[in-house]
Amino acid sequence: MAPYLSELPVGWLQPDGTPRRMGFFTDTSVCIGCKACEVACKQWNGVPDDGFTFTGYSYDNTVGLGADTWRHVAFIEQTAPAGDVRWLMSSDVCKHCTEAACLDVCPTGSLFRTDLGTVVVQEDICNGCGYCIPACPFGVIDQRTGDGRAWKCTLCHDRTSSGLEPACAQACPTDSIQFGPLDELRERAAARVDALHERGVGDARLYGASPDDGVGGAGAFFLLLDDPEVYGLPPDPVVTTRRLGAMWRRAAAAGAAMAAVVAVAFVGGG
Amino acid sequence: MGRGGEQRMVPRAEPRSYYGEPVLNGPVWKVPDVPAYLFLGGLAAGSSLLAAGADLTGRQVLSQRTKLAALAAISGSTIALVHDLGRPARFLNMLRTFKPTSPMSMGSWVLAAYGPAAGAAAASSVTGIAPRCGVAATAGAAALSPVLATYTAVLLANTAVPAWHEAHRELPYVFAGSGAAAAGGLAALLAPGEAGPARRLAAMGWAVEAAAVWRMERRLGSLATSYEQGRAGRWMRAGEVLAPAGVLATVLGRRRPALRVGGGAALMAASLCTRFGVFEAGRASAADPAQTVGPQRERLSAHSPT
Repeated sequence: MAPYLSELPVGWLQPDGTPRRMGFFTDTSVCIGCKACEVACKQWNGVPDDGFTFTGYSYDNTVGLGADTWRHVAFIEQTAPAGDVRWLMSSDVCKHCTEAACLDVCPTGSLFRTDLGTVVVQEDICNGCGYCIPACPFGVIDQRTGDGRAWKCTLCHDRTSSGLEPACAQACPTDSIQFGPLDELRERAAARVDALHERGVGDARLYGASPDDGVGGAGAFFLLLDDPEVYGLPPDPVVTTRRLGAMWRRAAAAGAAMAAVVAVAFVGGG
Repeated sequence: MGRGGEQRMVPRAEPRSYYGEPVLNGPVWKVPDVPAYLFLGGLAAGSSLLAAGADLTGRQVLSQRTKLAALAAISGSTIALVHDLGRPARFLNMLRTFKPTSPMSMGSWVLAAYGPAAGAAAASSVTGIAPRCGVAATAGAAALSPVLATYTAVLLANTAVPAWHEAHRELPYVFAGSGAAAAGGLAALLAPGEAGPARRLAAMGWAVEAAAVWRMERRLGSLATSYEQGRAGRWMRAGEVLAPAGVLATVLGRRRPALRVGGGAALMAASLCTRFGVFEAGRASAADPAQTVGPQRERLSAHSPT
């Protein structure tokens, strides 16, 4: 066993002493849009600014996840026909997918899965090929201008490997961001949805919590109050590599056809 | 209005989004680096296949010039790939792993094997040194050529970009045909005395590419707009005009050098245009949240009728 594992809290370990899969449950029904998560993430991880732009998108000026925004708080102002205003807020983050496209397509091995089940970029390995960026079905990872490498949330790899919870979760004043063993979080989230439904919040639904979804379940999942696309999330993402076998077979057939065409071209003179 | 002038009872709603912002982070690959890399890889592959055929059928001029063309093209392709990296000095990190799930990794290994083979084939042909090595290198380069020409199609299709991913069936044929047509046009120009196979390859390559593009745009449905509109549409249309013109000029240019040169140039330009078109289509598709959300919504409502 690696020596640092002894620093992990008992609750993070399985009976055999190996770490459990850890992740985030972001309950947007209690998000107050304070952006403490964004700030804590920037501070702890030394993430540079992503440009000080004014968007006019409610209180959101960071727009979406990218190389320099690893937690992103979305603000959606909705007006019901009766004139009531509903203000949705949600802190988005890397999903740390069970089937992670970024990790699958990385040609250098820079992206790897940690023993806590999270997906992390090794910045001393990344050569900036950029393949992970369009591979991600959630638009999470991106290239940092002037640096050339790909960056994203590490689920605070340095903190978690020492038994500390990620900076965003620690800073969240309402526990909208909860960090813990994924199986426990899923149980807690299901109970929370049931409670909200009982209280008449029929819109509450989980996003990314099911291991049967297109990415094998997200390591960071959400409780949302509207359709995922309203928050900028894809409603039914499927990891691209599920079709990779068919793609390679198709390419092999096309390559064989090309060789055959060349052979046919040599039939005849000239 | 629906089909046949019938009024749609419920207007089809535009998919919802977050302030119209893209769901995906689009490809950051540079222009012209990556379209050029795609084009030159196909050109090299077609040239190496022609070189092997020329050796087998005793066409010495065609053999030597296609080998030189393949070497020049693959050198340019590799330079474009390295230049595109965010950290070019770390290019060799591509060879840290061998990962079949990463077409970029597989492509790097193909380049690493094909490049030296193409170089040895050309060097042996020009110098006459080590002819047996030259034969082996020619055969090796030709054997790797089909995958060299088509792996880039898998590279683009194996992303979340809707216009690329959903085109995964046709893109390998588009790229194989495009590479064959370009190599045929170039060889017909470089070796006019032995250019019969090159001319036929140019014509057949164009036919394969045109048929694959036609099929792709029909099968993509609403996603096809990425290939038909805007910058991508202009590139694709330029390729669709230049390629048949190039084939015609190459065929008619048997005894007319000016026409031959024009034909070869048009075929190569057409292949380059197609690669620019496909690349720009992916950028446009990734930037449009409706292309990401729309098909996923349709998939969800097909699975759960409520």
